[in-house]
Amino acid sequence: MSALRRWAIALGVLLLGRKKRQPRFADRPRIVPPGDADPRAEWLVLVLLLFAAAAAVGFIVVYSFNHLAHQTQYLGLALGLAFACVAAALILVAKRLVVTEELEEDYPLPHPTTQEELEQLVEESGDRLTRKRLLLTGAGAAAGAIGAALVVPALSLGPLLDTGGFYETPWRRGVRLVDEHGKLLLLDEIEDGTFYTAYAQRADKELLGSPLVVVRFEPSQLHLPPKRRDWAPGGVVAYSKICTHAGCAVALFRKPTFPVVEPGPALICPCHYSTFDPTRGAKVIFGPAGRPLPQLPLAVDSSGVLRAAGNFSGPVGPSWSGVRSKAPRNAS
Amino acid sequence: MIRAVVRYLDERSGTAPFLKKALRYVFPDHWSFLLGEVALYTFVILVGTGIYLTLFFEPSTATTYYTGHYLPLRGHEMSVAYRSAVDLSFKVRAGLLMRQTHHWAADVFVASIVLHMLRIFFTGAFRKPRDLTYYLGLTMLIVALLEGYLGYSLVDDLLSGMGLAIGYSVLMSIPFVGGNLALLLWGAPFPGKPDFESRMYVAHVFLLPILIATLLGLHLFLVAARHHTQFRESRRTTEKKVIGIPTFPGQAPRSLGLFFAVAAVLFLLGGLIQINPIWLWGPYHVAQGTNGAQPDWYLGWLIGALRLVPSFDVTIGHYTLVPNPFWGGALFPLLVFLILYLSPWLERRLTGEYGFRHLLDRPRDAPWRTALGAALFTWVFVVFLAGASDRVFVSFGVSYVGQIWVYRVLVVILPVVALFATRRLCLALQESERLGRIRKQAEAEARGEMPQPE
Ligand code: FES
Repeated sequence: MSALRRWAIALGVLLLGRKKRQPRFADRPRIVPPGDADPRAEWLVLVLLLFAAAAAVGFIVVYSFNHLAHQTQYLGLALGLAFACVAAALILVAKRLVVTEELEEDYPLPHPTTQEELEQLVEESGDRLTRKRLLLTGAGAAAGAIGAALVVPALSLGPLLDTGGFYETPWRRGVRLVDEHGKLLLLDEIEDGTFYTAYAQRADKELLGSPLVVVRFEPSQLHLPPKRRDWAPGGVVAYSKICTHAGCAVALFRKPTFPVVEPGPALICPCHYSTFDPTRGAKVIFGPAGRPLPQLPLAVDSSGVLRAAGNFSGPVGPSWSGVRSKAPRNAS
Repeated sequence: MIRAVVRYLDERSGTAPFLKKALRYVFPDHWSFLLGEVALYTFVILVGTGIYLTLFFEPSTATTYYTGHYLPLRGHEMSVAYRSAVDLSFKVRAGLLMRQTHHWAADVFVASIVLHMLRIFFTGAFRKPRDLTYYLGLTMLIVALLEGYLGYSLVDDLLSGMGLAIGYSVLMSIPFVGGNLALLLWGAPFPGKPDFESRMYVAHVFLLPILIATLLGLHLFLVAARHHTQFRESRRTTEKKVIGIPTFPGQAPRSLGLFFAVAAVLFLLGGLIQINPIWLWGPYHVAQGTNGAQPDWYLGWLIGALRLVPSFDVTIGHYTLVPNPFWGGALFPLLVFLILYLSPWLERRLTGEYGFRHLLDRPRDAPWRTALGAALFTWVFVVFLAGASDRVFVSFGVSYVGQIWVYRVLVVILPVVALFATRRLCLALQESERLGRIRKQAEAEARGEMPQPE
């Protein structure tokens, strides 16, 4: 018992005692100028540090719960407060507990003589060479070729020159349209003025060439280019769902509620708001896209299922140099 | 104790003189000098939280189905990457805190770099001998933008996918080589081969962070090697001597305090303010898009630029030369960075000042530089605002088409206005200072004091 008390007292003295240290470097001029003590600030720093410790312990406690409502918030709060207290303590130390000195130092200067010596050193080192240019050319050739050899394996990353893949789509004459669950799209089930997403049956849905937007209009509302007159059986039109601007999905359909005052129906891409007119072959009517959405010719088979009557009217998705020059082709 | 440590180190490395110099290295004191430090410390937090995230995130686009506790996603088809990101938000304790803090830190990182750069630009701190330091900083900004973009693209939620589709298209739009480059990076036409996720991952968690760290190291080395710039505060601050507080004991607790303050803010943000709730966006599918998707703020200027360009591709007959996204997505940022990179050289050419500059200008002291900088900044800022026009439409009902037309006009006019207005303002400030000085002098003379030489 008494041993314990003695230990406690010793600890107390060690922690709480304020001893004036003997200056150990009295025989030398000071480096850091002296300053007055500030016991209040010291206490404040101590309190802040203890707060920080408490908050950190709080973090551990909150963390140890298995299910706790708002756990993320409490964790962030605890850790944030711990850091904030340390920050405050340190700033207090900077402002009140260390002396604020003002030092001067010369800006460094360049070293002209050493620069010259370096030049001299390099030049003199090459004195024994008589065909310097030729050797340098050789070194250049070796470095260039080796560099190229090291870069060439990067070509395995992808088909660098074969851009044919851009033109491939899963569509060709006779491919059936399905919805996202794989259900066949029937002409009779397509309602006027509603927006459907369709895919090529049995094809990867995640290919840019696959998804379509399908909309039905009164045939009299449609003003397709002359060559596409029979592409829209029953007034149903299908376009690639991938925006020709930058590859987003054309996910918005504006259906005019009051056709007289509102602008006409439109397919709109939510990325940069390219706006296409589905009644006129998805012509661009606003926004940055440079090409209409490619249209897919449709046909209806004897059981009323919508099928492709061919491939798209143009390449699908974002443009690249040369994009208009070829028609899309079937991938399979 | 201290002696023992120092002796141990010095006997083995001989660095005692260097350490002494480093501890007494001089820091001029000004709040705006801390912006770069904020960026540095944010980077530290990014690395820390990022390492934590890599312990749980699986970068794979293999298909899987969600079976976790979050009901709206139950049974949905998604990539392993997206599922692991959702799981690390909901299942891993402290996972969401780390993920949100990481995301906030990325936003703050770019913001602090940009503010730091503006400070450097408008005080002329990029002049010799610090132009190289400035180039390194600009390069870090570019890498940071790319790093942030890859970070939120990795998750493979709907926003990631839309962002990637746009990035792919911008790359595709580069004249002549774009399509080939896109194929090379993605491995196949969009959405690319599964390897693409691994490629993004190694870039995001290894290549680019190492690059940033290297650039950062060089940047700091150069700063220390040439010492800090300083404002002309008293007659003692000259081009010859730097005046300020030493690293130790003066600067160290301030700087360390700043580190903890930055950490505190980031973790408080990460814990208390939701950011990028990926479970609401859902997994990405090529055929899906969402309205009102906003990227992180630092990509807003690119979205805005893509939206402002009117509908046209440059074509010759049936051959497309320059697809539309090139203008806003590639040329615009290239131009902005080109101007920034050329600024030190241009300024040398135009002013004929080739000497060393250690003293900073206040913005008003260099009216032309300030005016040109303001014009550039205005240009980028107007485009940035245009990127938010769909939000304005949703929130206030202002016609989207109308806004875009207004911005198309403003983007030409406002920079010019900013140029002349800023120059006038700078000159006016100079003039009023001059008058103030004359008045003070006159008053002093009237009181019969000796006039102070300026
Ligand atoms: S991707 Fe559709 S408008 Fe840009």
